[in-house]
Amino acid sequence: MTHAGSAVAMKPPRQASAPNEKRSRRASRRRHSIGWIFVAPFGIVFIIFLVVPLIYAFSQSLFSQGLATGTTFTGLGNYAKAFTDPDFLGGVLFVVVFSAVLIPIQMAVSLAAALVLDSLTTRLAKFSRLMIFVPYAIPAVIGALMWGFLYSPSFGPISQFFALFNMSGPDLLSSGNIFGGLLNVVTWQWAGYYMIIIYAALQGIDPTIYEAAKIDGANARQVAIRIKVPLVTAALVLILVFALIGTLQFFTEPTVLTPMANGAIGPAFTPNIYAYNLAFKFSQINYASAVSFALGIIVFIGVYIFLFLTRKKGSFL
Amino acid sequence: MAVLAPAVTASRRSFARPTARKRRNVAAHVFLIILVIYFLMPLWWLFVASTKDAHGLFDGTGGALWFDKNFAFFDNVGKLFTYSHGIYLRWLGNSFLYALSGGVGATILAILAGYGFAKFDFRGRNLGFAVLLGSVMVPLTALVIPTFVLFSQLNLTDTIWAVILPSLLNPFGVYLMRVYAADAVPDEMLEAARIDGAGEFRTFLQVALPLMRPAIVTVLLLSIVGTWNNYFLPLAVLSNNNLYPVTVGLGLWNGLASSNSGTGTDSLWSLIVIGSFISIIPLVIAFLTMQRYWQGGLAIGSLK
Repeated sequence: MTHAGSAVAMKPPRQASAPNEKRSRRASRRRHSIGWIFVAPFGIVFIIFLVVPLIYAFSQSLFSQGLATGTTFTGLGNYAKAFTDPDFLGGVLFVVVFSAVLIPIQMAVSLAAALVLDSLTTRLAKFSRLMIFVPYAIPAVIGALMWGFLYSPSFGPISQFFALFNMSGPDLLSSGNIFGGLLNVVTWQWAGYYMIIIYAALQGIDPTIYEAAKIDGANARQVAIRIKVPLVTAALVLILVFALIGTLQFFTEPTVLTPMANGAIGPAFTPNIYAYNLAFKFSQINYASAVSFALGIIVFIGVYIFLFLTRKKGSFL
Repeated sequence: MAVLAPAVTASRRSFARPTARKRRNVAAHVFLIILVIYFLMPLWWLFVASTKDAHGLFDGTGGALWFDKNFAFFDNVGKLFTYSHGIYLRWLGNSFLYALSGGVGATILAILAGYGFAKFDFRGRNLGFAVLLGSVMVPLTALVIPTFVLFSQLNLTDTIWAVILPSLLNPFGVYLMRVYAADAVPDEMLEAARIDGAGEFRTFLQVALPLMRPAIVTVLLLSIVGTWNNYFLPLAVLSNNNLYPVTVGLGLWNGLASSNSGTGTDSLWSLIVIGSFISIIPLVIAFLTMQRYWQGGLAIGSLK
């Protein structure tokens, strides 16, 4: 970092020409404090829309409303309630299991696509790269709506295809299959974005490394697995973190599919859906705040543990 | 083109068994074609479905993935734009307003803060940046309900500000800007501008800003997409239909069409289909035309 360098330069070992040094040091400090002016506008937004809501949610979560008692201070009572509430725990379990299945699939699809695209320079490859990315530009609401139509047992193409053989296709909107149905929607939506990030990292690798490997007798698959994948670990970790944060706060896709999937998606399907229903359907704002805050803590700790583990592994490689 | 050199030698080396290489290339292309079909199939369906009338949508002659004998695309557009006093156009306008003001605002804040973190050694910089990095891990939807409660105390719910103001928060954008500015804006150039007597803000505007352009385009696109696609926040803070963005509006129609599957809902389904199709056009075009800028920019975060 160039900055560490200039900070050191501010404390020169020689003490000669003191007035000059002092003046320039003071000028430099005054100049550096201008950094605050650049950071301040974002800092204000950060405090108002991130710090204050978090503190406010936490303070709200310490109270409870009762019909007879009104709003009373109950300390961590709402959290004790949340962590023994089968609805909340069921939602947490769902998003954890969903992430555990989804993320490896998404990673495999996007990594495979990126590796193939990186090894080709044909026009078809260029075209495919753009087309695989397009779903990222589609709002999640519309992605879920489209797949909802495609899954429809009465007029979707899946059921029409199976009808050709006089069979009934799988109903991906039924409670038994909705897990797979959602898995497909999210993979479709995000795999292209992740593919582009991995692809960009692959393109940044110095090609002379491949040349050296080929002289050593490595084939294309060995180059891909032994050289390319390790060199894009940073991109893979970034994607994993994005996917983890995104999936644990799963809301839009199941909400949009709720009316289409008769009863397969309940009011506590994911923690975020539960918090929304608590706040807007059951007007339990205090408990909803506790659920939101608890979800935030779970995500933060989960991602932090994940980053800690991968950082350790990275340093051994 | 540094890529060409190894490619040439590679083809010469594998001269001994050209069939294996050819077979691998064919396999790779087949794999890509399968992927393209999978990723485009829903969009193809949406396009085809938007040309069908309400009857054709459910009982069309060509099945779900082909055109009906009746081509009703322009008819559907007309119905969409006039339904319920043209509320769809209002939603589309709202989406543009929220996405552009929220996206541009968030980008400006990110440029300033990223540059500040990268190029000034002010007191508290490292602590501030550590807090910022931690906040990237805070799930933003966990803030929606607290923000709603806070706004309702200030009588700000059901206004455009309830959507625009929280959209200004984009910690990841600041992170991208900082990483990019640290490398792309050389200290020597800033120093030279200062020696020439330019003030800090002139130096920023005339020297640093042009060098940060790829990162600016990327953060702008990401912020606009984030706000345009947002569903949870506007759903929570808005209850007046006239203020809905297109995502929440289509979600509303979806709920209505699914719940009372009686008379007249078939036409609502075809409005949902044509409305979805029209609303994805602007962003898809933006991405396809600006690919030169964002493709490089997306790599910024993954290189560190």
